[in-house]
Amino acid sequence: MDAFNIEAGKIAPFMAANIDTDVIMPKQFLKGIDRKGLDKGLFFDQRFLLSGEPNPEFVLNKPQWQGAKFLAVGPNFGCGSSREHAVWGLKQLGIRALIGTTFAGIFYDNCQRNGLLVIELDEKSMSELGDKVASGEINDIEIDLPNQNIKLPQNAKINFELDPMRKEALMQGLDAIGSTLQRAEAIKSFEKKHLLDNPWLA
Amino acid sequence: MHKPRTLYEKLINSHTVCELDNKGHVLLYIDRQVLNEYTSPQAFSGLRDANRKLWRPNTSLAVVDHVNSTEPQRVSVGPEEGGALQVNYFAKNCEDFGIELFDILDSRQGIEHVVAPEQGFILPGMSVAAGDSHTTTYGALGAFGFGIGTSEIEHLLATQTLIYKKLKTMRVTVNGALGLSITSKDVVMELIRKIGAAGATGYAIEFCGSTIEAMSVEARMTICNMAVEAGARGAYMAPDDVVYNYLKDKPRAPKGELWEQALNKWQALYTDKDAVFDKEVTIDAASIEPMITWGTSPDQASVISGVVPNPRDDIDLAKRKSTTRALQYMGLQAGIPIKGISITHAFIGSCTNARIEDLRQVAEVVKGKKIAQGVRGMIVPGSSEVRAQAQVEGLADIFIDAGFEWRQSGCSMCLAMNDDVLSPGDRCASSTNRNFEGRQGAGVRTHLMSPAMVAAAAIKGHLCDVRDLGIN
Repeated sequence: MDAFNIEAGKIAPFMAANIDTDVIMPKQFLKGIDRKGLDKGLFFDQRFLLSGEPNPEFVLNKPQWQGAKFLAVGPNFGCGSSREHAVWGLKQLGIRALIGTTFAGIFYDNCQRNGLLVIELDEKSMSELGDKVASGEINDIEIDLPNQNIKLPQNAKINFELDPMRKEALMQGLDAIGSTLQRAEAIKSFEKKHLLDNPWLA
Repeated sequence: MHKPRTLYEKLINSHTVCELDNKGHVLLYIDRQVLNEYTSPQAFSGLRDANRKLWRPNTSLAVVDHVNSTEPQRVSVGPEEGGALQVNYFAKNCEDFGIELFDILDSRQGIEHVVAPEQGFILPGMSVAAGDSHTTTYGALGAFGFGIGTSEIEHLLATQTLIYKKLKTMRVTVNGALGLSITSKDVVMELIRKIGAAGATGYAIEFCGSTIEAMSVEARMTICNMAVEAGARGAYMAPDDVVYNYLKDKPRAPKGELWEQALNKWQALYTDKDAVFDKEVTIDAASIEPMITWGTSPDQASVISGVVPNPRDDIDLAKRKSTTRALQYMGLQAGIPIKGISITHAFIGSCTNARIEDLRQVAEVVKGKKIAQGVRGMIVPGSSEVRAQAQVEGLADIFIDAGFEWRQSGCSMCLAMNDDVLSPGDRCASSTNRNFEGRQGAGVRTHLMSPAMVAAAAIKGHLCDVRDLGIN
């Protein structure tokens, strides 16, 4: 997993509510057995015209937001299907962080597992930031994970909250399975008692 | 005296290996996992790459459901190259890692969330995770189920645990008798309309009340299944005699002494009196009418007697934008009655509504009638066992006589990952769970509703109130 510390880059507005994972990664891109080639599928139905040409109206196709590294997103981003392909696609297109008010639970965990930083702001801060990003007043930002802030132009900054455990995993790019397996003895002893108490689970 | 606890706390605490911090993260032990061919391949590849073994292979059940064809004539692989690749890799993974697989030709094959309860694979008090968001379904049995992504599947297979953050709790109380032809689908759709598509984000929902108690296990599954469309990462109901009677003779339910022992233990699976929930919602069953979606999010819904809303009536700017966009996508004009909107397709299927009771309700509506000209009707049973049962009961003949395609089991046009895909501009009355843009095919317009309502729409050729068909 890629570690995240300090990242600077362009931010694009994607403020519609309830952007679901079917929209982020349509079904025709789910048929692989590896993680490859998903950048092509990202927001496919919106990003490309029926002819296959890029849709000039789509936000990430507009010159000022091409190559964005961060997205300012609307509430409940990532709702719907559990497909992690959505997160793999975002990563492959170069997206490193999402900033919004609320995120769907499974999607949030999928981001965490892939080193895609998810920042949750309160509605007021988010709405101000979203407006400024959409108007072009804010185009480049820097996200400082160790200090938990977003640096904006003219020395403005927004602080954000994040569980220390998640923060550490992101900063170190930890392999979650490796970490959990260090607790193998605890799992074994829990399991032994659990199956004794509930023998029909064995 | 212990502090009164919710059933959620009891379920999570009894599966907590250890706490990981003081922010609510725990290492959660998972009793059972269900695997499908499309969200698991990269998890198995990850295990292979790191040379890791499965912690406990016999806790997994693997079912092919998302990519298989539902053509009446069964074939052993997917309908096209990608699907075949996934089906074949899935079979190899199950064989190499020692996991039981219900492949396409297995008489127990079907949609994972229909199959697992039907086999007695899921029991009260269990923790269950699967790479599918509708894993919440298992809450109807008093288990705690939730969806996970592929990396989490890999973690689970390797460690039998997940790093889990405890949720807030919401109690949804539904009291009273439902009106004629009103189903559990209408109840959960009313809840989603009421609290919104993110109304339960960060919460586990406990459903209770006399309406729920009076429901069959299958009807309850519809509710827990669709609770995820309100953002819930878990939805459950305290188990009762209805659940125990449902489970007793299922193939994998414990038998004899073990059953008695389990039954005894399950008596503790309830929320203590005076336990406090973070949020309470109440719904009056008598007030519920047949529900239908008009937009592209499950909360963009109305009673069937309603009209397509006008974006100008949304005070909130963001909401106004969503409504505008939804109406544009759906090709609907603000202010027109929902009743009377013409459809091109009627689809009955999915883990939400394709169990035998759903099919019986459909048969009641369509018996002796014909589907409207210009409408293609498809019925995709929730499992191969449901299909067989429907044939024994004569339901299949009723469907075929009415002009429906009577197909094999799978997820099919709920998400259109196989070859069951509609074309741009098609409008489908659907017993499924998501009306997202492109869900049933690019540019396809989906209206969610109960199976009986889909059946009625198929007969009439337009959206209508099933009660107007005069069926008792």
